[in-house]
Amino acid sequence: MFRTALRNVLAHKARLLMTVLAVMLGVAFVSGTLVFTDSLSQAYQNGSAKGYSHVDVAVRPVHQQSKGDRLGKETELTRALLDDSARVPGAASAIGVVQGFTAIADKNGKLISENFPSRGGNYWGGKDPRYPLKSGTAPRGEDQVLIDSETARRAGYKVGDTIRISVDGPVLTPTVTGIFTTDDGHVAAGGSLALFDTATAQKLFDKPGTYDEIAVKAKAGVSQAELKAQLDRALPRDRVETVTGKRLAEQEARTIEASMSGMKRGLLVFAGISLFVGTFIIANTFTMLVAQRTRELALLRAVGASRRQITRSVLIEAFVVGAVAAVTGLIAGIGIAEVLKSLVKALGAVIPEGPVVIAPGTVLSALAVGVLVTMLAAWLPGRRAARIPPVAAMSSVHAKATTKSLVLRNTVGALFSAAGATAILAATTMDTNTAQTVMALGAVLLITGVFVLTPLLSRPLIAAAAPALRAFGVAGKLARQNAVRNPRRTAATAAALMIGLTLITGMTVTALSLQRGIDKMASSALRADYVVFMANGNFLSPEVEKKLRTVEDVTATSPLRNSPSRIEGQTEYLTGVDGAAFGKLTNLKVKDGSFTIGGTRVVVDEKTAKWYGWKAGSRFTVTYEDGKKQKLTVAGLYEGNEMIRGIMLDNATLSPHQSDPTDMQVLVKTADGPSDATKDRLVKALGSNPGIKIQDKKGLSQEIGQMFSLMLNMLYGLLAMAVIVAVLGVINTLAMSVFERAQEIGMLRAIGLDRRGIKRMVRLESLVISLFGGVLGVGLGVFFGWAAGELLSTKLETYELILPWERLAVFLLLAATVGVLAALWPARRAARMNMLQAIKAE
Amino acid sequence: MTTSSIAGRTTTVAACARDLSKIYGEGETRVVALDRVSVDFRKAEFTAIMGPSGSGKSTLMHCVAGLDTFSSGSVRIGDTELGSLKDKQLTRLRRDKIGFIFQAFNLLPTLTALENITLPMDIAGRRPDQEWLKSVIDMVGLADRLNHRPSQLSGGQQQRVAVARALASRPEIIFGDEPTGNLDSRAGAEVLGFLRNSVRDLGQTVVMVTHDPVAASYADRVVFLADGRIVDEVYDPTADAVLDRMRRLPGGTSRPLESDGAGRAG
Repeated sequence: MFRTALRNVLAHKARLLMTVLAVMLGVAFVSGTLVFTDSLSQAYQNGSAKGYSHVDVAVRPVHQQSKGDRLGKETELTRALLDDSARVPGAASAIGVVQGFTAIADKNGKLISENFPSRGGNYWGGKDPRYPLKSGTAPRGEDQVLIDSETARRAGYKVGDTIRISVDGPVLTPTVTGIFTTDDGHVAAGGSLALFDTATAQKLFDKPGTYDEIAVKAKAGVSQAELKAQLDRALPRDRVETVTGKRLAEQEARTIEASMSGMKRGLLVFAGISLFVGTFIIANTFTMLVAQRTRELALLRAVGASRRQITRSVLIEAFVVGAVAAVTGLIAGIGIAEVLKSLVKALGAVIPEGPVVIAPGTVLSALAVGVLVTMLAAWLPGRRAARIPPVAAMSSVHAKATTKSLVLRNTVGALFSAAGATAILAATTMDTNTAQTVMALGAVLLITGVFVLTPLLSRPLIAAAAPALRAFGVAGKLARQNAVRNPRRTAATAAALMIGLTLITGMTVTALSLQRGIDKMASSALRADYVVFMANGNFLSPEVEKKLRTVEDVTATSPLRNSPSRIEGQTEYLTGVDGAAFGKLTNLKVKDGSFTIGGTRVVVDEKTAKWYGWKAGSRFTVTYEDGKKQKLTVAGLYEGNEMIRGIMLDNATLSPHQSDPTDMQVLVKTADGPSDATKDRLVKALGSNPGIKIQDKKGLSQEIGQMFSLMLNMLYGLLAMAVIVAVLGVINTLAMSVFERAQEIGMLRAIGLDRRGIKRMVRLESLVISLFGGVLGVGLGVFFGWAAGELLSTKLETYELILPWERLAVFLLLAATVGVLAALWPARRAARMNMLQAIKAE
Repeated sequence: MTTSSIAGRTTTVAACARDLSKIYGEGETRVVALDRVSVDFRKAEFTAIMGPSGSGKSTLMHCVAGLDTFSSGSVRIGDTELGSLKDKQLTRLRRDKIGFIFQAFNLLPTLTALENITLPMDIAGRRPDQEWLKSVIDMVGLADRLNHRPSQLSGGQQQRVAVARALASRPEIIFGDEPTGNLDSRAGAEVLGFLRNSVRDLGQTVVMVTHDPVAASYADRVVFLADGRIVDEVYDPTADAVLDRMRRLPGGTSRPLESDGAGRAG
């Protein structure tokens, strides 16, 4: 049986090539993803292991829980704890680590490594073992800084240069006294690192006299575990924890693994989609191969092959095809991994160098996926082959594959679709948490249902295209009829395209609607012309607002200040604003009472008020972060959004209780509205600070838009895979249809349809099938987009459903293009067919 | 561009071949399928082409009907010389001037009987002459089957659709390639009857390739081919006369009536 199967594989090379290609693409994507992520995490892990070579045991603060009116706080790692750590017998040295945010400007004043962490730290003493100096000397005082060699290279800085940096607002202009090398993972990933002497770092990062971590190095011959035990005995266990360097490296490795696994999972989902689409093609191919071989298979049955043997022979054929596809896919996947790497690099990421990792698991899963998917897809056709009666060998004509009634199929499909649609509709009215699950379930049911129903849907939908096709005369009419001739095949072909387009459309609709919603929220609630904030989301020094207030034309400013507090036994973050100016800077809808902020009068957003059961006029007691209590009155309720929400009170009331007031953002309103000149003045007023962003509403919209279009483009790129596989499917189906209808095509040629007419007929059939899939996909996608929007709108009140007609038209055009392209080769083949042989085929 | 030798016949000859040769392959594999065949098919005449397997009868028909190319000589349909025509012109010629009836019915399964009948005119973008169409349909007795699909018709009925299709566009000449080959004798007789009636009553020209002496007996004239040459002609044949003549053909003696379905390609 194996020999027969093998011969069959070789006998239908061209046809199976498509199948192999479809499986191969999927497998390549899977193995490419695995190889890429494995190589990357291996490289990162090598880096992180090196990065922890200077730590044998790290001492870290413990976070105390909040209790009653008291806010939890972190233990402060003081000098005393550092000295205690250094004094344990096994310790060779102890370093106090201080970390924070430090933006470094390049020579043009722009922030270096914008999309990656810009960090600052301390250089310990005269010679810090963590950061070997490449050139220069250790920094001393506020005017001296060290920068990492990679950043120095990128910005072109040398020892002796004066650079502009910013920690929390004001610009500093220290001199570079040295350049160091480091194994720090963040730097390896493209971030920058600036080092100050310890006292300066503590001052800049607002940790006077304390450290973020104490890194203890063991004496020679003392193991990490031993040192840890000694430290545990010497230090207060309730205030600090100790972790060995080995554990730290492991934890870091796990963190990297986890952050990789998100990307890995994402990529694998898309690989899965293209494989899923591929199964339709495989199933189609095998169905047709079996149909073509009806007589041959019947003959085998007649000479004594059992049903099981027939099924097995088809499955062996599938196995061979799957194995070939899997092996080629694996090889292609390694290539894809390299392409991905250079692609990510081209996008600006710095990836640590490392060997290509081809894990045994990757090889196994590539082979398993390729073979299993193919065999699974060939299983039904194989069973059908076994049901061919031996007598079919005797009949002179092709025993027509008995078209089983579609009744059962349609019933099942209708039930699935109805259940799916109902679930989705129900989910739109539900509470968000359960709704997501219900909606996801409904989406799966609906897609499955529609897929099962595609044969039924093909007739009316394709019939609807009849008027358009009539313009093409006989070719159009024949194309339409050919398209509905084998509804199952048409359905499977169109479904492959449908799935890709459903996802593309659904994501586009959701993303664009979400973008509009966020945009509207950002702009409609704001009256301010500019929002000033720290890049990388750090806090601004209150100095920034003071400076902005003095700029000419600026009519109103208010900082947004954050402070934790305890209210009714809950931790609540208070927002401190300039009570007098805030009303001029925002446009929040007042729902109850009045929007007055000042003294003990505060405003609260509706949701928070509802949680506490407050109305305008309610009074409550707050415990500030310094432990003092005060009674506040709710002056009014407002409609909150993602940017502005919670309890807002006047800074004059809040700030006295804060140990170190810092601002999240500053809102600025100017007399003449946003303009380049105004922005210029603001930038200058802040000393052209690299770390501070001054954004007007348009900039905000643009940034939001850019973020969304980047995301969408990535999704389009990934889904292109599924579309390519779908194209292969259409080519496959058409090629087989042309082959099957050779006799008819020959007859049409004989009675006077010219080559162009034949080509047109095949092309139009392809177009009709593709557009059918396209219309279904876009339709389903819009529905999903709408449903997802209904869910989102409960969280984002400004959400507004956007139907991007132009894009939807482009998607349909894409489907049409797929159809035309896929028909090129089959149409040519049909037109070139030898008509005499075709007529006499039987 | 009529030459004197056939000038007098241009009004009566629907199609003709002069010194028509068709050679496959080269050197040792060279096969002469047609060897300088000259033949006229007169208007309103029913001609049957007979011959044993490999005699070249199908090839002759294919070349004259513009379905196949030939190596040398000339073929004419009406006033049109086929040798100089490109594929596109040949296609148009077949569409407008020639009707076909094939052995394996060759109907489009997706079209109804009526749509199959009008297919050549649909391809040409012409409106069928309703009166003529009706008379053709009445003649073949399909009036109550027009909306059936081929799969709902018997073999005989399907071939009647094919006959109607060939007649409906009033071609200058109809070619039949074993039109009764797949039919039982009663259905075959019906189809042959229609073809003969169309010649007698409507003045249609019909050329038919067959291996069946009974089918040939419906014709006005039988042309016998052997080894790529015309070896004989019989007018107003009877089945017995044809059978008798077949037996004496070279290559025909040993297997005179064997179905040559497998060998027709040559």
